[in-house]
Parts: sequence; C-alpha cells; structure tokens
Amino acid sequence: MHLQTHEFCSVPSFDHDYGMEDYGKGVARWCPGCGGHSILTTVQRVCKDMQYEPEKTVVVSGIGCSGRFPHYMGTYGFHGLHGRAFPVASGVKFRRPDLNVFVVTGDGDCCSIGAAHWVHAIRYNMKMVALLFDNGIYGLTKKQTSPTSPLNTHSNTHPKGSFLPPINPLQTTLGLANVSFVAQTVDWNAAHLYATIRKAAEHPGLAFVRIVQRCPAFMRDLYGDIAVDPKNLILLSNENGINLKPKARKAFGRVIEHDPSNIHKAREHAEIHNGIPIGLLYQNTDNVRYDEYGAHNLGMGVEEKKENLESLLDQYSTSQSVK
Amino acid sequence: MDYMVSNDILNGGEPIKPRKIKQAIVEIVSDSGEGAQKCGQSFGAISAKMGNGVWTVEIIPAEIQPPARSREGASGIRVRIGSDKVTNMGNHANLVIALNEQVLYGRISQDAYNENTLMFIENKWAKSEQETIRQQYAEALLKFKESGIQVVEIPMEEECLKLMPDPRKGKNMWILGLLCYMYDRDLPKAEDQIRTIFKKKSDAVIALNIKLLHAGYDWAREKLPFRYEVTPMEVHNDMVVMNGNEALSLGIMASGIELCSMYPITPATSVSHHLAEYFERVGGIVHQAEDEIAAIGFAIGASFAGKPAVTVTSGPGLALKTEFIGLAVMAEIPLVIIDVQRGGPSTGLPTKVEQSDLLAAIYGEAGDAPKIVLAAATIEECFQFVVLARKLAESFRTPVILLSDANLATGVQPFPRPKIDSFWLTNPFDQSPWKDGAFPFEWDEHTGTSKRPIPGQKGGMYTVTGLAHGQTGKVAYDPEINQAGVESRSRKFASLQKSLKPPKINGAPEGDILLVGWGSTLGAIEEAVADARAEGLKVSSLHLRFLFPMVPGLTEIFSKFKKVITVEINYSDTPGHPMITRENRRHAQLAWLLRAQTLMDIDSFSNVYGQPLNPEKVLNMIKRELNIENAKVSV
Repeated sequence: MHLQTHEFCSVPSFDHDYGMEDYGKGVARWCPGCGGHSILTTVQRVCKDMQYEPEKTVVVSGIGCSGRFPHYMGTYGFHGLHGRAFPVASGVKFRRPDLNVFVVTGDGDCCSIGAAHWVHAIRYNMKMVALLFDNGIYGLTKKQTSPTSPLNTHSNTHPKGSFLPPINPLQTTLGLANVSFVAQTVDWNAAHLYATIRKAAEHPGLAFVRIVQRCPAFMRDLYGDIAVDPKNLILLSNENGINLKPKARKAFGRVIEHDPSNIHKAREHAEIHNGIPIGLLYQNTDNVRYDEYGAHNLGMGVEEKKENLESLLDQYSTSQSVK
Repeated sequence: MDYMVSNDILNGGEPIKPRKIKQAIVEIVSDSGEGAQKCGQSFGAISAKMGNGVWTVEIIPAEIQPPARSREGASGIRVRIGSDKVTNMGNHANLVIALNEQVLYGRISQDAYNENTLMFIENKWAKSEQETIRQQYAEALLKFKESGIQVVEIPMEEECLKLMPDPRKGKNMWILGLLCYMYDRDLPKAEDQIRTIFKKKSDAVIALNIKLLHAGYDWAREKLPFRYEVTPMEVHNDMVVMNGNEALSLGIMASGIELCSMYPITPATSVSHHLAEYFERVGGIVHQAEDEIAAIGFAIGASFAGKPAVTVTSGPGLALKTEFIGLAVMAEIPLVIIDVQRGGPSTGLPTKVEQSDLLAAIYGEAGDAPKIVLAAATIEECFQFVVLARKLAESFRTPVILLSDANLATGVQPFPRPKIDSFWLTNPFDQSPWKDGAFPFEWDEHTGTSKRPIPGQKGGMYTVTGLAHGQTGKVAYDPEINQAGVESRSRKFASLQKSLKPPKINGAPEGDILLVGWGSTLGAIEEAVADARAEGLKVSSLHLRFLFPMVPGLTEIFSKFKKVITVEINYSDTPGHPMITRENRRHAQLAWLLRAQTLMDIDSFSNVYGQPLNPEKVLNMIKRELNIENAKVSV
C-alpha cells in the first residue's frame, strides 16, 4: 500500500510509487523522546515525496547516537567512523552523480573530531543534504561535554561545569568558503523540520541543516524552555525561504523577515542570543560544485582508455623518439 | 681500474677511440636547484634508449632550497649504466661531477667513492671573491686528493658563460654533453631527450640547451684523453623506461582504478603529480583531500559506491589512515593503499629510503584486521602490482597495501613494455538487481569470500558498519556471530595463501647461507649473491612479494640452509653490544615475521642509514658470516 504523495509534491508520477515502508528498516533504538525519531520519519517522508529510489539513495553517518540513523533507513547506508561521515559521503558522490546522498552527523562528530572535514565539505559544495543532529552533549558515551554544550554545562568530563564557550555551528558554517545553504530547524516542529529538509534536498549543492535536537536522557533542560515557549523560536520568513502554511506559522512567537541571499544578515541572525533563529539563513545556488568536477569525465569506454594509455606508454618507450 | 689520470689530463689531443667497459657509475652532485637530477635522469634515459641497462638513484635534500654550498644540502643523482640489466645502484662511483666541493663531503661519508673514483669539480670557486670560499675549496681539494680520489678541476661556469649570462640553470646540459662524449652516447638521442624534458618551455630555451649540450660535448672531445663505451644490449622487446612513482601512476591507470584520493606527502606525492597530469585522459581523476584521513575516507566512499579507488601515502600518512583501514577490513570494502616508505619513526627521513612500515602495514590497526600486504621489488613491479592489487582487492573484498619505497620512487630502470589487457580496465560496476534474499556478507563457508552489493543495485540495500555484524550486515554483538565474522574475514587470506606458489630461489636450493629480502633491495642482494657464488661461496637468496599472506613452502626451503638471514633497510639490534642478548635482541621486521612463521632462528642484516643497499655491503656481510678473511668490517 502506497500513500498518495501528490498532496505534498509536484514530482511527476513514477512507474512505481515508493511508500514510507520502502524507506524504513528495523526499529529505531533511540531513547523514548529522542529527537532522532522525528528526524528519521521526516527524512523518510522527504525521500518518499521526492520519490528517491531507495537503491539510489545513500545515507552516511559517523559515530554517536545519530550514527545509528542509516541502520533504520531502507536505503543503502554507511555507518562509518567518528567524525568521518563527510569524506565518505563525498567519495560516494564524487563519481556517482546518480546517487542521492544524506550525511547524518552529531555535534561531537561534526564540530569536534571531524571539524576539519566539515570545513572542507562545505567548501566542496557537493550536492547532498547534511544534517547536524545537535543535542549539545555526547549521548552514546554517556554525557560528556560537546563542543556545542552551553557554557557551564555539568557533564561527566566537566562536573564543575564546562569552561569554554560553545561553537556556534551556524556562525562557523556561514564563515566558510563556498558555503551555499545553511538552515536551522528543531526536531519538535514536524512541519518546519519537513519543510527544511525538503528545501535542503532540492538545493543544488551541499545543504547544511542544523537540527536543534532534544536529548531526554542527558540534556533534558537544554531546550526545555524553548520547546515550551514558542516565543523563543524566531522564524526567519521570506518568499525564498522555508515556507510554512499559515497555520504552522502560528507555532512561532516571533517572525522576522530575512532574505536568504544576504549573507551578512544571515551571520547576524546566526548570532541571536535571546532565542533560536529558525529557517533558511543563507542560500546561493550559483556556487561552484566539486561533484560536477568529479563527474566531468565519467563514462569513458574501455577501448578509448586503452588507446590513450598506450599512447601515454609510448612516451616512455625506448624505441620511440619525441613526438 | 678504469681510469688512469694525472691532475693535468686536460691536454686534449687526437680524437680517441672509446674503450669498451661493462658498466659505469656516474654521479652528479650540486646545490639544490641546479638541475643535477635532470642531467642524470636524461643521461639514464638516453642510455636506456640506446639499449643499456640503467638504474638511477636520486640524492635529495629534505629542504627545497637549503643554503648554497652546504654539506647537508647536497642534491644530485647517481646513474649506473651497464651492458647487461642493472638492478641496483652499485658500489663506488667511477665518476662524480660536482658543481661545488662542499656537497661532496656527505657523499664521501656515505662511502660513495674510493681511490678509483674520478672527480670533476667546478673550478670557479678557486677564483671566488670571498676568501672563505677560496680557502674551503683549496682545503677540500687537498683532502679529497689525500684520500686517493683523482680530482680534476673543470671550467664549467667559464665554458657556459660563453653561451649564457647566468649558467646556474644551464650547466647541467653542458655536463650532459660532456657525459655524452665521455661515454659515447648518441647525440641525436640526447637532443631528443632535451626536447622531451623542456617540452613545456619555449623553442629558444630548447635551442639554448641543445647548444649547451654540444658545447659540453665539444669541450670534452677537445680536452679529455679518455673515452668509454658501455656496449648496449641487443633489444628484442619493446622497453619502457621510467621511475617507480611513474610506474605506480601508470599502473593505477592501467588497473582500471578511476580515483586517486591523496594528501601530499614525500616521497609519494610525485605519483599524484603524474596522475594529475595524465589520469583524466584515461577516464580517471585525482582528489587532493584535506588530510590523510579524509583521503582514505573519500577513496573508501567511492569504492563502496562501485568506483575502484586508490590512496597513495607514506609512513606518517599510513599511520593516520589506520582507523579507516580497519573499517575497510571490517566492512570488506575493496581498496588499494600504496605506501611509498621513507625513514621513520615520526617525520623521520622524508626523502630517504627505509623499509620500516612492514609490521605497521600488516598489524597497524586496532583489533584483528587482516588484509593483503604486497611489496614491489622492481620498477616493473611498481606497475604490475597495482594491477594485481586491484584485482585482489575486489576478488577478496579487502584493502590491499602495496609497499614501495623512496629508492624505487625515484629510481629509473627500463623494463619490457607492459601489455595492457582491456579486462584490467573494466569496472565492477554491477547495477543489475541484487539476488533476491542474498545477504550482503554471504561468506562462503570454505573460502570466507562473499559478493558485495553496490548502491544502485535494487534489492541490495544494506548498511555498512564498522560494528560487529553477521551475514545480514546488521549490528550484532552476539558472541557466536562475532566469532564467525572474524573467522570469515580471516579465512579469505588462508584461501588466497593456498593459491600462492612457493618463491623461486636465486642460486642453489641448498647451501650455507640463504638471504631473504623484500622490496627494493632485490637487485643489490642478487648481485651480491652472484659475486659470492662466483667466488665459490654457497649462498642463495629469495625475495618475498607477498608479505601477508605469506607464500607457502618457506620452512622447507629454509631447512636446506645452514643459516637464513634477512636483508632489510630497517632497524635491528646488532648482536655483540653488551646490552643486547639473544633474549632481548630486536630483529628486523621480516626476520620477526619469519621467526614467528617458521619457528626457525632467522638472523637479520639490517640498518637505517637512509641509503639504498649496495651489493658490496651484502657481500662483506656474507664473508663475515662465513668467516672469510678478506671481509671488510664496515657495514
């Protein structure tokens, strides 16, 4: 049985309509109340609405709670090393333009052990959706401070409270060369989460989405107030931004107009302290894409390769003079 | 002795007929940036094209522009040419041409020369405006002469100034001309060579360099009272001539690999330079990653997606890649990893040869992570083994580490032109539907091998994980499943080992000493063995290409010899030191492996001078072992 998807999407009809069940596998083992569950369902919905062929879709993750994500997807998956989801995903995409690639990475993964790859993946700007599951804590290893833990977070590695200010992933990403898409959403607003990941999937380049995620086990209070009081969420609204139905907009206490082509304003919004900006901060569809470079000479036939190789070997032959 | 000269040989005279010699070893040594290597490589290439056996070794300082006239800044090349195949750098040089006298000190301390060496030194320093330089020059010449080396001062600068205002970048081709006269090289071939090496430069540059070549040739014809001919072999096969890193690059292209993901590291980087220039013509591409870890991760991602990939590195890079190698072992992702070894540990000796990554390659990962480890012994094998490595990687669904080293990287040798097989260039890119119900790790009970699904294959959707998993690919911490998984991943290599043949023995199958080597030392070991056997000594050798899994039959072969000694360029404790006992002695790396494998008391001869091995040192060791009187004590 397949759900009818046309209500949500304008994709032309396919020979085979993929349904939600085509994108799922197994039972997610995250804690009850973990933001992972809603993100998983949302990604599956986006895949279905985009009618991605499951066999042409690859979800690459790192290590941590978020790292388990590909195991629950009915697509190809790659649950690799801590912090290294970006290089693997980039390698997958480089010579396979036909694949839809998702990167799932946690805050420890992306902003700490794999920070170098984050910087460069943004610069490569290969078409893929990168989801930063940011719950501000190391969960799977049981409550250590993460680079995005707020100042003075009490954790097992900083029992007296963390000493350093957190990294702001939006601010950092917006400062990187060749950045082309930065959005922020929250795991508990299904409509916005969907609209954001959908927009990201349609972006021609690397779409970086920070998902503010609750961790009921170790960071119960982190987004508690924000989730309860919608005033703390500041919706960035624009005709080119992430569009919500009027009903869904009501969940946001504050709405400000923001043009996502304006990177300076985007950086200002990224630094808002008295609330969380939600929406599309920045988008530029004209940036250079490294996956286009990677795929530029695909498809050469064996005979052509052989011929060119032979003429290359001629250059090293002792019996031939210079041409 | 080939050369009989007095210090005022430069009298010239009647044109002379070249005297036939079997081989010659020539060195050109200079400050960095004076083109000594270009000169030597050209001399080698011309000789190879004439049909001579050739081996070249570059002398490379670790810095790009070390201070001029410094002992440690010596940059240059050794070229050995012969009437037969040449497999190593040989012993003492017959001729060294030096652009200043300071750079020779290092080579002298490395025992590159002896009383038979003829030394041509640039004479401009005698007239330097700086008194210190004049003094250094005079002092050095005196020292060199006292040590028995025959020194001749040559007016290179003066002669080149007749053709160009600043001969710093031109003298090398003048020297090439001199060498072409002295060793009776074919001038049109030399001109061709100049056109090749300067193909990106203007016609004016090419013309000037050809003029310099002729000037050097004419000067030598006028002045030198001797001339040699190293008779070329008759060439039956079509030969190619290149260095080891070029051979690796061409091997990558011929193997059907279509992505090289790398991060710059000496001495491996020139593989990617070569690829960057040519790879796209054969449908491939180079990715320069942000670091060593990302380089292998990217290659693994591509390979997972069905695109054959390689990553090229050296020791420190290999160390950084270990976590990903472990993942590729666990997730059974085919991958070729090339390690062009250099001196270690840590940053070590970036430009010098060492064979110290063997154990790291086999055992470097956390946990039990078996994978194939091969070592190329010749330039030809640098080419062929990449093709083999890719094939093995895919057949056994595993990473394969191919070891080369700094000696092979820049060493140039001719070898029969490879016959490219179209099959090598095909791609495993299967997009047909995955067999219904088949598991992604359906290990064959007997061989441990399995077939992998590739993204795009309908019905094959699975999730690769570095976590313990069973045949279904699902995470499983169940004790039985883990035991079975580790066993299957190990069994693949037992089945590969079963298909390998015992190694060929060089020399008789029994005797007093068997030398066992691996990697670039092949030529030096075999030459030493040939010399020893010529003296009636019962010495043989064998050379290993498969280091893991190891070839069969070793215990039986070893049992036919009184003593088995590995010859390696890595560290082992020298017996005899008061702190070193039988119990605590650290063995060379191959010896360590062989002792474990065969339970035999295998000795090792190894050192870490950062120098390629020469046959004389091996021969002396053989004689010491056999208690022969005239063995030199030096090692």
